[in-house]
Amino acid sequence: MAEDQKLAIFRGYWKFKSNVHKIWGVLILLTLVTAVEVILGIIKPEVLVHSHFLGMKWLNWIFIILTIVKAYYIAWDFMHLRDEKTSLRRIIVWTGVFLISYMVFILLFEADYVHNVLKEGFIAWNF
Amino acid sequence: MDSTVTTVAEENVWDGGNKPLGASYGKMMIWFFIVSDSLTFAGFLVTYGFARFKFADSWIIADEVFTHVPFFHGSYPMYYVAFMTFILIMSSVTMVLAVDAGHKMQKKKTTWYMFLTVLGGLIFIGSQAWEWATFIKGDYGALETKGGRIIQFQAADTGERLALKDFAKTIPSERVNHERRNGVWYYGEKELPSYSLNEVIEGVKADPNVVVRVEKLNERGEKTVLSREESLKKLDETVGVVEGANLIHNEYGNRLFADLFFFITGFHGFHVSVGIILNIIVFFNVLLGTYEKRGHYEMVEKVGLYWHFVDLVWVFVFTFFYLV
Repeated sequence: MAEDQKLAIFRGYWKFKSNVHKIWGVLILLTLVTAVEVILGIIKPEVLVHSHFLGMKWLNWIFIILTIVKAYYIAWDFMHLRDEKTSLRRIIVWTGVFLISYMVFILLFEADYVHNVLKEGFIAWNF
Repeated sequence: MDSTVTTVAEENVWDGGNKPLGASYGKMMIWFFIVSDSLTFAGFLVTYGFARFKFADSWIIADEVFTHVPFFHGSYPMYYVAFMTFILIMSSVTMVLAVDAGHKMQKKKTTWYMFLTVLGGLIFIGSQAWEWATFIKGDYGALETKGGRIIQFQAADTGERLALKDFAKTIPSERVNHERRNGVWYYGEKELPSYSLNEVIEGVKADPNVVVRVEKLNERGEKTVLSREESLKKLDETVGVVEGANLIHNEYGNRLFADLFFFITGFHGFHVSVGIILNIIVFFNVLLGTYEKRGHYEMVEKVGLYWHFVDLVWVFVFTFFYLV
């Protein structure tokens, strides 16, 4: 951890007096986000379940985006990437982001293709 | 420029003790590990995504699977796993507090926070063991068809799920569990299911209120329920009774779901277990004053990075197995 710690989140909108305060603040944020996810998961609003964007339910998009938000705060504040040098942070984050996005793209595309083959091709798989 | 160039005198560059990117050797290495391990987990989760997209119109609905809470009867999807998630986040918080206390050289505080972190990890891993046990034991029971698909049962009037024991007939039969003492040429046999295929089929035929639900999802994203006539016809395709889930059969639906559930949450659970062991070692080192003598608590920070990573992975596992 670098000696000087950055004690604000939300680009400086939420400032904290000390590192310990910041930790509790981030806990509140993470708990809140998880609570929203769980509540949405239990009630499953009709509007979000039956409308789609890029072939996926809006509800699922919301879940995935909220997950990435949580991942951001865990990495930035708990793993204190916020206090590391910019270059170290970029090496860590972008390596993962590039490789994982590529993998997600290529495999899900292929899976969708396989799905269509099973559905429309002359292959009996459900007999 | 400050971020990439080391600012020590030229002759010291190769003498060791340098900290490129402002990170010590140990910290750099734990980051190497974390980046590569996150790619491993990403690979597993994308595999899950592949299976799910491949069987997009017949995948398991997670809310129907993980509905149990210890000591409570009834169906409460989500609550228990939300509790597990909270426990893990909480133990991440105590970990980061331990790192902070270590940074300020406060031995007593660090010790307590490490202790709480270990405790949180143990509660989490215990919960996961319970979750596995419930998943393996099964809920309602189902039949498997020739094509390896699962058919489940529900009441035609109320639409409630029916367990095999609700309608299966008891037919006296000779079939007993084959045990070792009954033969030299012994082929292992798992425990027989509570009901034979015949008993279930006769039970369905006898009770006009029982209908079959198949894996296929309808346009509302729910499992398709067959009419009574179709249900009876569907019974001809069945080959066996399935209760619970393992790596070969899965009463909840697609077997790939069970395989990947065991594999991914198991691999994560393994990471948590390793994390607990590392935390315990660091806890004792803090207690013995090892880091006090060393002059810094960097080891707490390094094991903390690993622990947060485990939490980070769980956040994704939680989303992809329970929410989406």
